[in-house]
Amino acid sequence: MSRTRFTRRLPAAVAVAGLTLAVAACGGESSTSSEGTTAAAADQLKPNADLSQQTLQITVWDGYTPAELPQKVKEKLHVKDMKVTLHDTNEIAMTKLTAPGDSGIDVAFVSGQYAQALNAAGLLEPIHPELIPNLANLYPEATQLSYDKGNKYSVPYTWGTTGICYRSDLVKSEPKSWNDLLKPPSWADKKVTMMTTERWLALPALKALGYSLNTDKDDEIAKVKDALVAQKPHLLTYDDTTFGEKLKSGEAVMVEAWDGWCPTTDPKGNIKFVVPKEGSDLWVDTMVIMKSSKNKEAAHALINYILDPEIHSWAAENINYKVPNKAAMERVTIPKGSLLGIKPAELLNGESIIDLGQASTKYTRLSTEVTAQQ
Amino acid sequence: MKSEVKARPVSRWRGRRLGAFVFLSPGVTYLIVLLLVPLALVLSNTVFQRGRFGGVVYEFTTENFERLVDPLYLGVVVVSLKLAALTTLVALLIGYPTAYVIAQLPRKWKTVALVAIVLPFWTNFIIRVYAWIILLSGPGLVNSLLGTHMELLYKQGTIVAGLLYSYLPLMVLPLYSAIERLDPQLREASANLGASGFTTFRKVTLPLTVPGVLTGCLFVFVPSFGNFVIPEILGGSKSIMVGNLIRDQFLKARDWPFGATLALALIAVLIVLLLAQAWAARRA
Repeated sequence: MSRTRFTRRLPAAVAVAGLTLAVAACGGESSTSSEGTTAAAADQLKPNADLSQQTLQITVWDGYTPAELPQKVKEKLHVKDMKVTLHDTNEIAMTKLTAPGDSGIDVAFVSGQYAQALNAAGLLEPIHPELIPNLANLYPEATQLSYDKGNKYSVPYTWGTTGICYRSDLVKSEPKSWNDLLKPPSWADKKVTMMTTERWLALPALKALGYSLNTDKDDEIAKVKDALVAQKPHLLTYDDTTFGEKLKSGEAVMVEAWDGWCPTTDPKGNIKFVVPKEGSDLWVDTMVIMKSSKNKEAAHALINYILDPEIHSWAAENINYKVPNKAAMERVTIPKGSLLGIKPAELLNGESIIDLGQASTKYTRLSTEVTAQQ
Repeated sequence: MKSEVKARPVSRWRGRRLGAFVFLSPGVTYLIVLLLVPLALVLSNTVFQRGRFGGVVYEFTTENFERLVDPLYLGVVVVSLKLAALTTLVALLIGYPTAYVIAQLPRKWKTVALVAIVLPFWTNFIIRVYAWIILLSGPGLVNSLLGTHMELLYKQGTIVAGLLYSYLPLMVLPLYSAIERLDPQLREASANLGASGFTTFRKVTLPLTVPGVLTGCLFVFVPSFGNFVIPEILGGSKSIMVGNLIRDQFLKARDWPFGATLALALIAVLIVLLLAQAWAARRA
């Protein structure tokens, strides 16, 4: 091809490539309204339904349930088939679940505030407690969570809190307040990290300023922004995933962390976790049944099976997350330094993050304002 | 007889047209079904509203376009333009001499050099970007070798380095193609007429390779401008670019209408750049 022809055709080729990228970035599909009302009256479910005629499809975070779960469920519950699809984040799960038409998902694992949003959108099947006798294994506290009192539409799977994870051998004084992270002392300058997921990005400043984690007041969010912008020059990075590694390598000395991700069982024993004096959150990851599910009896049977102490304790033993299941936690041997020993009553001191509906865009804007700040 | 002579080219033309139609239809169908239709659907969202829980409410609004000129988002566009332009400039400064030298190599070594340029593309993009963390982190390889504790990661300069590393081959290849096609006799003639090496470069080589320069610049600028992986991994999310903004609207804010509007704006910028490139290449 001659140079002239080559260059003449390039713009078209690049335009096609650019448009393809743009479509890929956009997901390439439309969505209908997910506005909803309250859940309609529950369908009549049959406690003795023939599960061998039902299949199950769940969506869950990678590595969050045992890999052999589908095989075990097929053997124990005699369902026809079980498929697992994965999501990286709550937001991606929400995209799947709120897309037009039947998502094909029977049971979804999402965090409490997202379960609340799905319910408000009328997408969730009410929980039928008579089909889940293992609900009795839950701690009483786990049935009174503020986003869903009485487990009407969700069943908690794991729970925990957020705090400061730090290197006790590299800090000159142990952190006690969120301000230790927000205004790091000179020895910790550029050696602290914060989470970037928007509600957790705001959490330290909200608590340090004495505000609710669920505030939608503009003046309070503006003050949070000021605190986070002032902190930015002293930050190593924003990090939701590898902060534990940064702490182990000594690149960071204090990080904002979910308790289950703070590597306190590191053999060197230098890594500690503290919930700052101003308080923190109580996060809960839940299981919900979609109203669109055609296998609701099997879905209830699956949740009941997961609440079996032997199965549910897997999460504590393998992903280091506390489970709100008293019988399961009693089976777990808690390793030295592990945060699995935090009691439900202590967790309940944390404020639950709830869905803010339209006001949630204020937190997206806050996150953009902080990260875009030069 | 006369009419037969006339009829032949017409039927040949028809045959050629049919052939063209048959051969083009798979590609055109692919473009329509997998590119234009989804794109039209995404773009149609730009005039609707975000649902309370995400998704789209089909009520007309112009708010998404009004938000485009919000200084917050314009600031992100300016940062993206700055970083992409800097990457393109450095890529040109490194890429031109590289391409020039490769074009002068013996045929065998030319192939080796070109394969070496393309080689990084054989490895996954994300893995290559992550490799920089191993090199540049606090306790990373560079600091270990130098015995220093320099902060090399999570800066705008690191983002530019990552973009440059990723897209430099896209600058070298069109430049090589342009330089390689240059008639060596033109340079010889210039030298015979007494021009110095630099003058020959300035007055002969460079003007004749401008289309290659423009193509290389476009190839580097376009993916750099919309990139969102490198600012996140190497920039530590401390600086965001347009790509991050679009990604966040779709995956975090669940605000598809505004995400679609930002994507439309990005496409519009790229189309303007493509038209400018085409215009400049034609004049060069």
